[in-house]
Amino acid sequence: MDTLIAQLQRQFRDYTISLYHQGFLDDQFTELKKLQDECSPDFVAEVVTLFFEDCEKLISNMARALDQTGNVDFKLVGSSVHQLKGSSSSVGAKRVKGLCVTLKECCDSQNFEGCVRCLQQVDIEYKTLKAKLQDLFNLEQQIVQAGGRIPQVDI
Amino acid sequence: MEKGGFSPVGLRVLVVDDDPTWLKILEKMLKKCSYEVTTCGLAREALRLLRERKDGYDIVISDVNMPDMDGFKLLEHVGLELDLPVIMMSVDGETSRVMKGVQHGACDYLLKPIRMKELKIIWQHVLRKKLQEVRDIEGCGYDGGADWITRYDEAHFLGGGEDVSFGKKRKDFDFEKKLLQDESDPSSSSSKKARVVWSFELHQKFVNAVNQIGCDHKAGPKKILDLMNVPWLTRENVASHLQKYRLYLSRLEKEKEIKCYSGGVKSIDSSPKDAEVNSGHQSPGKSSFVFSGGMFQKATETDPKPLASASLSDPNTDVIMPPKTKKTRIGFDPPPISSSAFDSLLPWNDASEVLESKPVLYENSFLQQLPLPSQSSYVANSAPSLMEEEMKPPYETPAGGSSVNADEFLMPQDKISTVTIQDLDPSAISCMKQQEFSSNVTNNTEAILRSLNWELPESHHSASLDTDLDLSCLNGDRFLANTGLYFQDYSNSPSLLSELPLNLWYGNERLPDPDDYSFMVDHGLFIS
Repeated sequence: MDTLIAQLQRQFRDYTISLYHQGFLDDQFTELKKLQDECSPDFVAEVVTLFFEDCEKLISNMARALDQTGNVDFKLVGSSVHQLKGSSSSVGAKRVKGLCVTLKECCDSQNFEGCVRCLQQVDIEYKTLKAKLQDLFNLEQQIVQAGGRIPQVDI
Repeated sequence: MEKGGFSPVGLRVLVVDDDPTWLKILEKMLKKCSYEVTTCGLAREALRLLRERKDGYDIVISDVNMPDMDGFKLLEHVGLELDLPVIMMSVDGETSRVMKGVQHGACDYLLKPIRMKELKIIWQHVLRKKLQEVRDIEGCGYDGGADWITRYDEAHFLGGGEDVSFGKKRKDFDFEKKLLQDESDPSSSSSKKARVVWSFELHQKFVNAVNQIGCDHKAGPKKILDLMNVPWLTRENVASHLQKYRLYLSRLEKEKEIKCYSGGVKSIDSSPKDAEVNSGHQSPGKSSFVFSGGMFQKATETDPKPLASASLSDPNTDVIMPPKTKKTRIGFDPPPISSSAFDSLLPWNDASEVLESKPVLYENSFLQQLPLPSQSSYVANSAPSLMEEEMKPPYETPAGGSSVNADEFLMPQDKISTVTIQDLDPSAISCMKQQEFSSNVTNNTEAILRSLNWELPESHHSASLDTDLDLSCLNGDRFLANTGLYFQDYSNSPSLLSELPLNLWYGNERLPDPDDYSFMVDHGLFIS
């Protein structure tokens, strides 16, 4: 059993580090983990869930706006992307945030093609992150179930 | 609220942010600072809460961008009505925005993401304000001798033809003093209660003084203070109130610009658009000008109009004339109104109408007592930590935090996550994608993006986060799931964008390089 725990913990550590190194997460995520405590043991998971819900909603709004052929409300897209940028900064979704910057620029220059392309990438990014974080949480679960402690990972 | 020494512990913070993620995070962070936190998702709700419990909060932290009200507007309201310190937040740190915040009276501007260390010291703004106000009030002193009272009376009662006895004067002074202290703490003395509360009467005096100075371009705090003749008030108090007033008026000006006036009032001059409002403090006080005539012109006016009166039975016809005309002011000759930023504030259709409307205008915006009409729809919520009920349904109150849809992330205890790592080759991926077919076509966004000229590849479906992932053989950062077994449908996934084939993603006709491979495979496997 111990071997399994140790193995899982190592995997957890490695995976976490890889997420940072690949630019999926930044230190804001670390801050979130610091906020988690006995009072709110699922804090990070809850926050991240809120974030992804927000993503879905905002991306959908933007897609709808872009769909109004000939009458695209770039201002609306711009404000949505601004919100998304703020949201992504809250959980440390580094890549999503970076894409928001690009998308905002496309909005400002009313570059329709650019907006569409960017939005598509944003969608991909947040879903990727969502899946990766799911995996991470699953790993945590496994560790706990195996009777181990979730290791503190210093980036 | 402690009465004696100042302590950051238990500082009552109101956080306003339409972003539910940030709201949750900030609440947690502030609680960790040992503050007492109330959260709010809408600016209007925040204002309602603030007005409901005038002494209920020590500081307000608000985001700049909010759907129902501009953060700067909220800042203005809070500053004018409640004189609470307000901290602005934004993900945008552009100089112009920060400057705008400062100009609107924010005591700080924080950039998101916000760190604990920044929140740990916000109490300094509260303390600073308190110290400032104590200094201001105590500096003037309340020990009024006869001189003082006489001056006070002069301001208040002279010209009114009222025969005021000494006793009455004293009583009125006490009443005024009480009014000007915090209403929720009637027993507080000036040294304890440092906040200058701008009651309707006080504000009226202020406005009258401002109007009196009128088109004299130097409507400065000192002059206003002199005219107001309120002994305990300091130049600093007036200066800060003036600043807020100017902002308020310039904002109104913008709003009024679009309204039409039958009274012949021209639309405002464009120059006072900046924060520096010049002497055009005229028309908001147009109606009150008659009051001012009664109040502050010590010997010239015998019109006994009380300050708070909303209607004048016999308005001076001069006053009603469009501001462009001269000789509308007692006491001086205004030049052509070139800088009348505030002329447009009130419709000049009808004298009584005008006069009636003005105090209401002020009351709604400036004073604490009357809530905005829009407030009535809100249900009072006494929970210390609340999410605005008008917020989108998925967001539940932090109090019931565990009920937030975390199950997408938190695997139920009985589900052991397993993932089999496979080294999938490119062809296998596209095959897989073809196999994993699910029509989520009911989703609107999907349709939209489809119509945005994207080719739909072999359609695939969404990776459900309920998939059982076997993590037993993780392989560094190449983390692939056995998608054949574990994909499930999203019931609510707008998984449209990812319907693009891999080659389209990367803009070439072939499958991507091995370097991109793992990343893309992740995409293919985990998202729809």
